[in-house]
Amino acid sequence: MEIIKIGMADLGVAKPPSRLRTTGLGSCVGVVLYDDRHKVAGMAHVMLPHSTLGKTTATSVGKYADTAIPALLEQMETAGAHLHHTVAKLAGGAQMFSFLSGSDTMRIGPRNVDACKEILAQKNIPIVAEDTGGSFGRTIELDAETGMLMIRTVNQGTKEV
Amino acid sequence: MANLTKLDAFQLDVLREVGNIGAGHAATALSQLIQKNIDMRVPQVNIIPFDEIAEFVGGPEEVVVSVFLRVEGDCPGNMFFIIDLQSARNMLSELLGLEPKDEGEPLSEIEVSALREIGNILAGSYLSSLADFTKLAMQPSVPALAIDMAGALLSHGLTQLGQVGDYALTIDTLFFEGSKAVQGHFSLIPDPGSFEKLFTSLGVPFDGNY
Repeated sequence: MEIIKIGMADLGVAKPPSRLRTTGLGSCVGVVLYDDRHKVAGMAHVMLPHSTLGKTTATSVGKYADTAIPALLEQMETAGAHLHHTVAKLAGGAQMFSFLSGSDTMRIGPRNVDACKEILAQKNIPIVAEDTGGSFGRTIELDAETGMLMIRTVNQGTKEV
Repeated sequence: MANLTKLDAFQLDVLREVGNIGAGHAATALSQLIQKNIDMRVPQVNIIPFDEIAEFVGGPEEVVVSVFLRVEGDCPGNMFFIIDLQSARNMLSELLGLEPKDEGEPLSEIEVSALREIGNILAGSYLSSLADFTKLAMQPSVPALAIDMAGALLSHGLTQLGQVGDYALTIDTLFFEGSKAVQGHFSLIPDPGSFEKLFTSLGVPFDGNY
């Protein structure tokens, strides 16, 4: 069994018996896609909501929700997935430090989650599970065999969705 | 826009000196707080892909105590004071005379509050010495404290840099008490627009077209 590591602002796909894993999600969002008919799994570690925030053109597609999700869907299809069998799960989007003032950059977690939902809705991909928000970090691992997503935290325990 | 990978050796030296002055003052403040000698390493200027942001504290899943301050003013950026859990417990017992607790036991409200205040004092002395040295205005926010995975905490400091490139520049200084009972990091992550201000204020050539 191979565990494929997805870094920050990165994305990738896997087939059984591999697993996809990304560590230390804070305000970033782990977007997980799965086609259970064809057993194709995909994962993206999204840092920021929209590529329009970017001040340079040359950048990695995995960084923004609006570029990462379409790119991941494309890779899923290339790997044999059908989009009408594909569902999504979301994890992350926390606010790691709580402040009294709520400036926009401090709210980056919830904004990332909103952007991911918006793009998934545009692509007609249903969200079947979600573990977002809060103020704690998450490490996630997706089993390409079953589509189960394991979510590990420091103080809130481990769960599967 | 500042391309961090194109900074030259002299500019990197200047950034190391920035870390040296700031962390030097902060280490002195810490030494006075806990009445112990504090040593520090030569600051490291790391230009790294985002994914490696947590490597210097032991990887993204390493659980650390971190005080975070947002710096506003002429030279905005993100400041982290990071220590491991055991160092935090040892520091609290030095400072408050509390019995060190067991590994698994969570910190009490007063302990968290004390750590936040220590972070505030140390980061404040880092920034004020830097402000004196550069004659730039730097106002730290109210400090926030979190104990969690290092990757999750440090990535919070990348929001501004993430919008202009794929690399982070951290000015990191390791400090430790003689017996290593207390050790940790001061880490400054300047916003992309701050490099020009820093270099200009110190008379370092910076053509702005990197």
